[in-house]
Amino acid sequence: MAAQGKVNWLTLSVIFASVGTVALIAFLLTQKSPAAASMPKTVDYNFHIRPILSDRCFKCHGPDARQRKANLRLDTEEGLYAALKDNPSEHVFVAGDPGKSEAFRRIASQDTSVLMPPPSSNLKLSQHEIDLIEKWIAQGAVYKKHWAFVPPQETTVPKSGSDWVVNEIDEFVLAQLDNVDLEPNEEADRERLLKRVYLDLIGLPPTLEQQDAFLADQSDNAYEKVVDALLANKHYGEKMAIQWLDVARYADTHGYQDDGLRTMWPWRDWVIHAFNENYPYDKFVRWQLAGDLMPDPNKEMLLATGFNRNHKITQEGGVIDEEYRIEYVTDRTNTFGKAFLALTFECAKCHDHKYDPISQKEYFSTFAFFNQVAEKGYQGDIYSGTAADVPRISIKKEDIEGILDFVNKKDSGLLNVMIMRDSNVFRPTHLLSRGAYDAPAEVVPMGTPDRILGFDTTQFSKNRLGLANWVLDETNPLTSRVFVNRTWEQLFGRGIVKTSGDFGMQGELPSHPELLDWLAVDFVKNGWDIKRLIKQIVMSGTYRQSSVVSKEKLARDPENIYLSHAPRIRLTAELSRDLVLASSGELTEEIGGPSVKPYQPKGIWEVATSGRGLTRYNQDHDDKLYRRGLYTFIKRTVPPPSLLVFDASNRDQCEVRRLRTNTPLQALVMMNDPQVNEAARVLAESLINDEDKIEKAFRLIICRKASNKEIDILSKYFEEEKKTFTSNVADADKLISIGEFKHQKIEDKAGLAAMIEVIMTIYNMEEAIVKS
Amino acid sequence: MNPFLENKLNVNRRHFLGKLSLGIGSAALGSLLIPDLFSSSGDDQALAAGLPHFAPKAKRIIYLHQNGAPSQLESFDYKPLLNKMAGQELPESIRNGQRLTGMTSDQKKFPLVGSYFKFAQYGKSGAWISELFPHLASVVDDLCIIKTLHTEAINHDPALTFMQTGAQQGNRPSMGAWLSYGLGSDNKNLPAFCVLLSRGKGNGQGVYSKLWTNGFLDSIHQGVQFSSSEEPVLYLNDPSGITKEGRRKMLDKLSELNSMGYEEFGDPEIQTKVQQYEMAYRMQTSVPEITDLSKEPDHIIKMYGPDCLMPGTYAANVLLARKLSESGVRFVQIYHQGWDQHGNLVGEMPMQARDTDRASAALITDLKQRGLLDETLVVWGGEFGRTNYCQGDLSKENYGRDHHPRCYTVLMAGGGIKPGIVYGETDDFGYNIVKDPVHINDFHATILNRMGLDHEKLTFKHLGRRYRLTDVGGKIVPAILA
Repeated sequence: MAAQGKVNWLTLSVIFASVGTVALIAFLLTQKSPAAASMPKTVDYNFHIRPILSDRCFKCHGPDARQRKANLRLDTEEGLYAALKDNPSEHVFVAGDPGKSEAFRRIASQDTSVLMPPPSSNLKLSQHEIDLIEKWIAQGAVYKKHWAFVPPQETTVPKSGSDWVVNEIDEFVLAQLDNVDLEPNEEADRERLLKRVYLDLIGLPPTLEQQDAFLADQSDNAYEKVVDALLANKHYGEKMAIQWLDVARYADTHGYQDDGLRTMWPWRDWVIHAFNENYPYDKFVRWQLAGDLMPDPNKEMLLATGFNRNHKITQEGGVIDEEYRIEYVTDRTNTFGKAFLALTFECAKCHDHKYDPISQKEYFSTFAFFNQVAEKGYQGDIYSGTAADVPRISIKKEDIEGILDFVNKKDSGLLNVMIMRDSNVFRPTHLLSRGAYDAPAEVVPMGTPDRILGFDTTQFSKNRLGLANWVLDETNPLTSRVFVNRTWEQLFGRGIVKTSGDFGMQGELPSHPELLDWLAVDFVKNGWDIKRLIKQIVMSGTYRQSSVVSKEKLARDPENIYLSHAPRIRLTAELSRDLVLASSGELTEEIGGPSVKPYQPKGIWEVATSGRGLTRYNQDHDDKLYRRGLYTFIKRTVPPPSLLVFDASNRDQCEVRRLRTNTPLQALVMMNDPQVNEAARVLAESLINDEDKIEKAFRLIICRKASNKEIDILSKYFEEEKKTFTSNVADADKLISIGEFKHQKIEDKAGLAAMIEVIMTIYNMEEAIVKS
Repeated sequence: MNPFLENKLNVNRRHFLGKLSLGIGSAALGSLLIPDLFSSSGDDQALAAGLPHFAPKAKRIIYLHQNGAPSQLESFDYKPLLNKMAGQELPESIRNGQRLTGMTSDQKKFPLVGSYFKFAQYGKSGAWISELFPHLASVVDDLCIIKTLHTEAINHDPALTFMQTGAQQGNRPSMGAWLSYGLGSDNKNLPAFCVLLSRGKGNGQGVYSKLWTNGFLDSIHQGVQFSSSEEPVLYLNDPSGITKEGRRKMLDKLSELNSMGYEEFGDPEIQTKVQQYEMAYRMQTSVPEITDLSKEPDHIIKMYGPDCLMPGTYAANVLLARKLSESGVRFVQIYHQGWDQHGNLVGEMPMQARDTDRASAALITDLKQRGLLDETLVVWGGEFGRTNYCQGDLSKENYGRDHHPRCYTVLMAGGGIKPGIVYGETDDFGYNIVKDPVHINDFHATILNRMGLDHEKLTFKHLGRRYRLTDVGGKIVPAILA
């Protein structure tokens, strides 16, 4: 009863569209309810069985040949139905007969001497899981290929005829909502929708004028006009870059203990430029992976390859050269897997992958592409200033005036930026036993994991350009899905596949598989057009819903998997800072340039240093204090604390998804960071003589009109505080003197101080740094 | 109950799996168990297992990390043979293929060198301790001296990362973060994992915030760095001109406004945020109280030494560590820089010892007098050992030692560790272990065991894999358990 080796979405579609949808939905819903999970009518291998086998069994009965026990593997079709090694008349699973399936007998056993998984593994199956497996066997034990390794197929858009639907996305979402008997929310009110789309597309809040204009625009396409304007806004590239900088582990220092300065910001400026110019995703990827290997590469294409130079580089005296060279190649290989394919390649460096079909040999085959690079592990200590002896490009004045006009460089000094270049001599790549740099074994050819998508050398050249073309080939099952999913995650806070960095066996299953495929196919069909993809999503009714959560929805779908309302999401570290600076009017709107050092508590670098390299934090002044968060200087070993507290990446390794926490230290930053309090002072100065000062401050920060009650609370607060400060002018003096931003002369010091407190309060409102 | 957890429980399971990390050691969470295939997480199993896994011997840890790696040969691993053979070449049979750092790999000779400093025997165990550490020698009957820690790393960054996170690669949670994750905090006004930094006069190596990282755990488990500046915790102080009453009033207004937001949106994260602000407010009071050492009685000052009144010194930090620990902080991590004696060892090591010896011993005495040593585990040690041969110029009066991964000494006291013993033996060259090696993973497994945690069960699933502090290794060292 073996299934066909290749299952496409058509097959899955049938399941989802008919019985399976109900089953899947019932399954998904029961997941999240504390009540016992109910049994689906049809048990699906991909959605029900493989997750159990992968999580509890593959470690010893999976792809890793060396760890495999009893010569039994459950990750392949052959393995599932194989005869037992010790008793060839018995089989692992026998379709239709749980009682004859040895694997089932073992997992259902009460006898701990035969029970699987063995108690010593600290793993076990719940009764529900055992029941699922039993039913799956009874229904024929049908195997299917892992969903993510089958290329996305065009899917049929459901037709609901509902008024709520704006575009195809909504049809998919609504179909699932219908199935679970949930209703979507109405469209959000205009003010909140405007704030949401501004923050999502350019990462800045709308000004009062922009708010007023949108509220006044009664035309049918008022919202669409805003979307189009934002996509054309120069700040769009900045917003989009933030996530890519995490993926690319961009930083301003080399990392490791001495952690000296590096100059990669021109590469960061290129990323912003590429998004603003709406480079198609295939070009964006190809240039970064292999711009140097394309015909007649220009300086821009070379600069783009800096992507693969953003890893850490050691400058610690006494390290072994080859050990670190291998580290760098490893980092590139792992980053490649995670960034473009959402695969955990790193797990296959020391042994075969325990869950996914990536053998150790295949790991080093992929490693081989990045192993041709000219570089050393260790070139000279931090004083020599030539880390790793890598190829660089010099960016000269004529470049800035010409092809690299997006590089924001004002002085005339020379810029040297690390880029990729393969050495002239081919370097054979060995499999490294246990992943150790000093234990080379057999030589491996260049290649990729065969059971995901093999590397056809008649089609692809044996270098990074070939690898880039492999990534972007239409038969690659992962690339488009992975990017579409991450884009979705940026906008909804949760990907269609929640584990956006892991599409393998241990990753979560897509909540809307057909929608994911539809988006992926549509994206490629339309030339990998990123702005188009984003517009498609933000125009949808799904995106435009209000974020109000009813008690019922909260109880039934607490993670909002079904999208019955818009999410409420705390802004990222960088955007929280940006909101404060933009609303106060302090923001320096310049794009790109060298990273800056804004206010930071004293002594953080000084106390945590090897004594070499960047030992002192020399805070910047003037305009540089008010740059957007993505320009804050990142010293890898001591990242900016105010950003770190808000879950920013430390840029140690490729990171595709940030955590989103809610902690007391965040409250301390918002209440006491001079950057926030200075913003309150600057805004208070500009509004103090305005009749609607509180109303305006509220609208600038929260981006909606305050309710009467809110105004009432804040006005009373203002009057009370003004009284307090009138009787304590010394305190008022202290408060109004905060920050380096140009002070305005205000006579009414007590009033100004009180207004500062009012604005500080608004900045600290939950709604301020939340997209709702 | 752990207050972080308390707050989260008011939330719901909206971000359930993400939030699990908020101190999973609570039975209350058991009621939230989901039969979860969809995310098939390992966390539910950790929950089902219940935490702690068994009755703990120790409740808290104070870890005195001697950063840069102090020489075992001038402190606790006495090797008179090296004095006898001074100047002779390290036999190849002893080196036996050990890889060298780039600092000595092109050195032509590897002359052995013995300790410049005298050793004597102390306590019931007759442990040999050098004259540089008279105070630690005086509490030797409370110490478990492990001479056979070993590591694979030969450079500071990977070695420190290994010692802190159980793996040489970056981005894994630090030990303190694991304990915060597993056991939460015992004090609702202080973080579970606190970090204190100081620097001696010797050659130093870096410490940096990535060492107290939460890795892939929730950021609430990140170590909170305390500093000796006017602001003991970052962003703790109200802005100038805002009084305590003013701040309270603002929080009241804020709470009023936020409740309106909750009424409108029904998002439980709003309530959580209100509570986080209250916690922050409480920290603003509790932290300055606890970091104020000026009210310590004379006998305590005397015990730790006069340095303890100078903020930012090792002695002051050790005293502060005791106060934090006494107040329920799960893990206090101290780093003291300056132990990297590649050269001028004879000049630098006495200064380093002078700055640290007295306070380290005082901590043990102090905890003992308070009846807290039994439940507090104190650890002292570096990230690797130092070579038995000289790096650089060797003279009668001075020498240096390079990094040595094959053996180094760590001290433990209290917290369910057997007192008054010496564990493990190295060869007469002080180069190789001849008996009872203790790998870093073993060391971590043993520490977790004392805290009531099974190192194989304290896991967190991240990108498809269940991670542990002990990576894929770790065996408890039964002989050192009390």
